[in-house]
Amino acid sequence: MSSTTNSPTHHTSTIGAIGAPSRRNTELALLVFAVVIPVFAYANVGLAIDDKVPTGLLSYGFGLALLAGVAHLAVRKFAPYADPLLLPLATLLNGLGLVCIWRLDQSKLLQSLPAYFTAAPRQLLYTALGIALFVAVLVFLKDHRVLQRYTYISMFSALVLLILPLVPGLGANIYGAKIWINIPGLGSLQPGEFAKIVLAIFFAGYLMVKRDALALASRRFMGLYLPRGRDLGPILVVWAISILILVFETDLGTSLLFFGMFVIMLYVATERTSWIVFGLLMSAVGAVGVASIEPHVKSRVQSWLDPMHEYVLSRQGRAGHSEQAMQALWAFGSGGTMGTGWGQGHSDLIRFAANSDFILATFGEELGLAGVMAILLIYGLIVERGVRTALAARDPFGKLLAVGLSGAFALQVFVVAGGVMGLIPLTGMTMPFVAYGGSSVLANWALIGILIRISDTARRPAPTPAGNPDAEMTQVVRPS
Amino acid sequence: MSELTLTVMRLGFLAVLWLFVIVAVQVIRSDLFGTRVTQRGSRREAARPQQASRQQARQQSTPPQQRAQQGGGRRGRNAPSKLVVTEGTLTGTTVALQGQTITLGRAHDSTIVLDDDYASSRHARIYPDQGGQWIVEDLGSTNGTYLDRSRLTTPTPIPLGAPIRIGKTAIELRK
Repeated sequence: MSSTTNSPTHHTSTIGAIGAPSRRNTELALLVFAVVIPVFAYANVGLAIDDKVPTGLLSYGFGLALLAGVAHLAVRKFAPYADPLLLPLATLLNGLGLVCIWRLDQSKLLQSLPAYFTAAPRQLLYTALGIALFVAVLVFLKDHRVLQRYTYISMFSALVLLILPLVPGLGANIYGAKIWINIPGLGSLQPGEFAKIVLAIFFAGYLMVKRDALALASRRFMGLYLPRGRDLGPILVVWAISILILVFETDLGTSLLFFGMFVIMLYVATERTSWIVFGLLMSAVGAVGVASIEPHVKSRVQSWLDPMHEYVLSRQGRAGHSEQAMQALWAFGSGGTMGTGWGQGHSDLIRFAANSDFILATFGEELGLAGVMAILLIYGLIVERGVRTALAARDPFGKLLAVGLSGAFALQVFVVAGGVMGLIPLTGMTMPFVAYGGSSVLANWALIGILIRISDTARRPAPTPAGNPDAEMTQVVRPS
Repeated sequence: MSELTLTVMRLGFLAVLWLFVIVAVQVIRSDLFGTRVTQRGSRREAARPQQASRQQARQQSTPPQQRAQQGGGRRGRNAPSKLVVTEGTLTGTTVALQGQTITLGRAHDSTIVLDDDYASSRHARIYPDQGGQWIVEDLGSTNGTYLDRSRLTTPTPIPLGAPIRIGKTAIELRK
């Protein structure tokens, strides 16, 4: 025996949940950090472009700090045990996005374009609305399990949201993809961003009920569990819907996002690898099939396979070709490892959509590989916290919902970043929090709000068991 | 703005960005939560002889009965606040003492459900008397309840730290 000398008071072991501290002060400290970094970047852009600290520095900094402060106070009040990282990470991304959009606003080249408008103030307004929505989610959604009641209403409203852009008069075909709707007096809206959240609620509610049938009733074949034909129904329906989205709205990203989210949640609910195999096969078949028919998708695939060719064609003035994919690759290339520095790149050459779909190219050029890796890691940390929340959640609905939301978030980042970097064909989606776009910012703040609500419920320490009132009443009758 | 300043700012910004990521990861590290299990197995084995010798020493100086009465008289500071299972399959389970009767046995409605072959379904109970002194009473079990070494025949006050043995399970009152 080793001569371990324990103090005698340590001879019991205690098994129990750790009374997790609320970690709100950690969140506040990180939040201050997350506000300071964008302010630094903002000053840096001003110094690089105009040789002076931008005049709006104080108001911008105060604006961001105020929004972050409001969000933090709301979390402190309404979700005191929530995850300490989600809010600072999202705030940092949003702040960096604002700086990047403002930086592109300063570009002389973009200012000369007819479609130019100063996007940064609007994005700040959208951020404020997003934070308001975030606070509203925390205030009104006291318990995420309430959402479970609206399983089939969610399905219906998600379908409506997805179909809305196709309604004549309401939908707007902007640059080839029909994913916007025009609301008179308010501007345009991308319902797909919100459908992502609503659909996650439906999938979570549906799979929670059906997962046993999907997981257990299956035959084993070559190491894979083959589901019964009738259990294939739901995945076929979702597949068909996402194909329809792809055909009618010509939006590869949204369709990939929905199908991928469903497969992820199906896998998490049933623990059957076969669903992933089926999902990958079906999405491959669907994508290849549609890409060979639909011209808009086809052109996207072509510019993915040979961006240089597209660039040359576009320079020759041929219609229907885009030089953006190649420009984005050049932006990443000229950034190198450490980047050119804020305000010193030429990513504005991408021109159109430089501050929305292609905003990652600006980060790639001005912050370099080091900066893009940090940003992707921040996205990764948000997803990690979402999955950790799912692991910690006690109810199956909350687990599935957290997995679905973080899975959708991860897929969106993958689809956009992969598209801009030339890994997969380019899609018309926005980088969450960073890219310019009201719908995206609003929807993603709502998503973070729901994740914070679930994590608050998951991390809340269990109430101390009350003394059993029956115990004293119980009389033990001894047979004598 | 000079080239040097901009270069310093560029690298400084990247450093700050990465610092944020590292701090965030550190927060995750310190934030691992879940079930905490402390001190099982070998450490308990090592601690047990000490515990036994300490109890012997204590019992030699004052008889248990007398000590118990002292404890009952000075309620508050010396009153036990919890019941701790120190041996057996339930090792580590604690039950807060809040004036309620605690039943021990294999029956499912017991406060502490013993998973022990030598325990009866309703084996014993532990309850406070009028003076707040905790009493253990054997409920006609097959194999008996032992307070320290002696088999119980009547309801007996429990001194602090004395093991109540039921089969392979030992239970103590703690402050």
